[in-house]
Amino acid sequence: MSETIIAFEKVSKWYGEFHALRDIDLSIARGERVVICGPSGSGKSTLIRCINALEEYQEGRLTVDGVEIKDDVKAIETVRKNVGMVFQQFNLFPHLTVLENLTLAPMWVGRVPKKEADERAMAQLARVRIAEQAGKYPLQLSGGQQQRVAIARSLCMTPKIMLFDEPTSALDPEMIKEVLDVMIELAGLGITMLCVTHEMGFARSVADRVIFMDQGQIVEQNTPAEFFAHPKSERTRDFLSKILSH
Amino acid sequence: MDTALHAPVIARPPPSRTAGPLAWLRANLFGGWKSTLATIVIAVVIARLLPDLYGWGVARSVTQPDNAACRALEHSGACWGVIAEKYRLILFGRYPFAEQWRPLVATLLMVAMLVASCTRVLWSRWLAVAWLAVLAVFFVLMRGGIAGLTPVETARWGGVPLTMLLSTLSIAAAFPIAILVALGRRSHLPAIRTLCVVYVELIRGVPLISVLFMASFMFPLFIPPGISVDVLVRVLVGITLFAAAYLAEVVRGGLQAVPKGQLEAAAAMGLTYWQTQRKIVLPQALRMVVPSIMNSFISTFKDTSLVTIVSLYDLTGSLALALGGDANWRQFYLEGYLFIAAIYWMFCFAMSRYSQWVERHLNVGNKR
Repeated sequence: MSETIIAFEKVSKWYGEFHALRDIDLSIARGERVVICGPSGSGKSTLIRCINALEEYQEGRLTVDGVEIKDDVKAIETVRKNVGMVFQQFNLFPHLTVLENLTLAPMWVGRVPKKEADERAMAQLARVRIAEQAGKYPLQLSGGQQQRVAIARSLCMTPKIMLFDEPTSALDPEMIKEVLDVMIELAGLGITMLCVTHEMGFARSVADRVIFMDQGQIVEQNTPAEFFAHPKSERTRDFLSKILSH
Repeated sequence: MDTALHAPVIARPPPSRTAGPLAWLRANLFGGWKSTLATIVIAVVIARLLPDLYGWGVARSVTQPDNAACRALEHSGACWGVIAEKYRLILFGRYPFAEQWRPLVATLLMVAMLVASCTRVLWSRWLAVAWLAVLAVFFVLMRGGIAGLTPVETARWGGVPLTMLLSTLSIAAAFPIAILVALGRRSHLPAIRTLCVVYVELIRGVPLISVLFMASFMFPLFIPPGISVDVLVRVLVGITLFAAAYLAEVVRGGLQAVPKGQLEAAAAMGLTYWQTQRKIVLPQALRMVVPSIMNSFISTFKDTSLVTIVSLYDLTGSLALALGGDANWRQFYLEGYLFIAAIYWMFCFAMSRYSQWVERHLNVGNKR
């Protein structure tokens, strides 16, 4: 694979006394698409939230696109400009219209003129097939539509890395597909993607690598084909049998 | 189980309400025996009180400033004459009688500015400029000393203009302070957080009267001799700091109601702390607490009546002054207080209605 864009070196994180990430070593290549799965509380969300410094870690070293993430505010700002994130609960800004949600960061963080920000936003809304809703407020949209707006919002900053934190977990079954379709399209753009999800169909069709986490550790990682066909550890087999049995 | 083929039901409009005043009466006033009983009790109470009120306030009242006629009533009717006699003293306090057109014009200008500020189409940078201009004119008119106007010291300002000046300026200054203090109380920096907590708890722990006393009598002891700060300014600072402490807690309540996910989304997009507060947190926090903010504003407006204790004669103080100094009219204080109560009420009601408009106006994002 090509050059490394994200490098975890012996990263550890504690919530109080709880050791949430334990000596994580992981490197992600530029353009790689990685799916992270595992039981709840296994540290998968914490892991990706460290990448844009929404969580801080106490030990080890984490480098994102050449910048080491520490307490340095400037470094964190630089990293966040290049890393987009999509949340389980969408986290759209309810007091702003869809269009305003999309233009906020480009205008205030990227210093892009309003006209250009509007154009960029409309292009991204068209990409997620929701351009006609630009003037509405987020709460007037369905969950699936809101999540697509959230994806478009992240894309407006032209990120090098996209993080997805269980993007379909809060959605009705009928809406999961419309969001996954958009994510599958994104996978073709060459953006580095890290996705915490239990959508194994998505993992199979899009991911270059599947990572299985448990108790703050990476238990197993492999190509999707190998991961699903020949899971190595007992813990992985147990987990897969539970989520694939339905 | 019923396995018959599902027959679709076409969506239809809701049934129209049974119309007409009779139907309304039945539904709202006489729906069941409890409702009927309540209606009758209230109707009886009103029927008993109304004639007495009308007789005292209107039928037997004296509206001429005729002291003998008022005394002859022996309080069986209202003596509105006291207001006709004293209204200029009540409205403008100890301001020199011949110069009272100045506070009148100043007050009207201020009212016009307040109304303009509440009008959406006028919200622009020019409004701030206009405010500075109007405040300058207000002070020139009130204080005089230039443009051929006789100087009038601030100690003689009083009545409605003083009440309006104190409340407008203290509310306008308290609001931004309150926002900063509320943000400070949630700061990650312990020094700032402690400072804000101490400020709020200290101010909230004492009555406004003692703050005013301190501003008026103790503050001068702490500043170097030779420098004198006008008592009006000192009192204004006192009221502002007092109002800001309460308002800060209201704002903090709003800040806490903004979901953590909003902050995370803003942070993930690279917004700085101040950008996040200004564009994401405050707009949501403040609209949630509009009713409480207006509550604080109305409180502050009425609290200005306490400046009487440091010898500033606002509307309430002026009334006491107007009646207290005149043995002939002193006994008609009830009518006098009703008069200023009506003035206070008009201002407060306007504020309350405006807050309701703001609430409706800001609620757009939450409508489905």
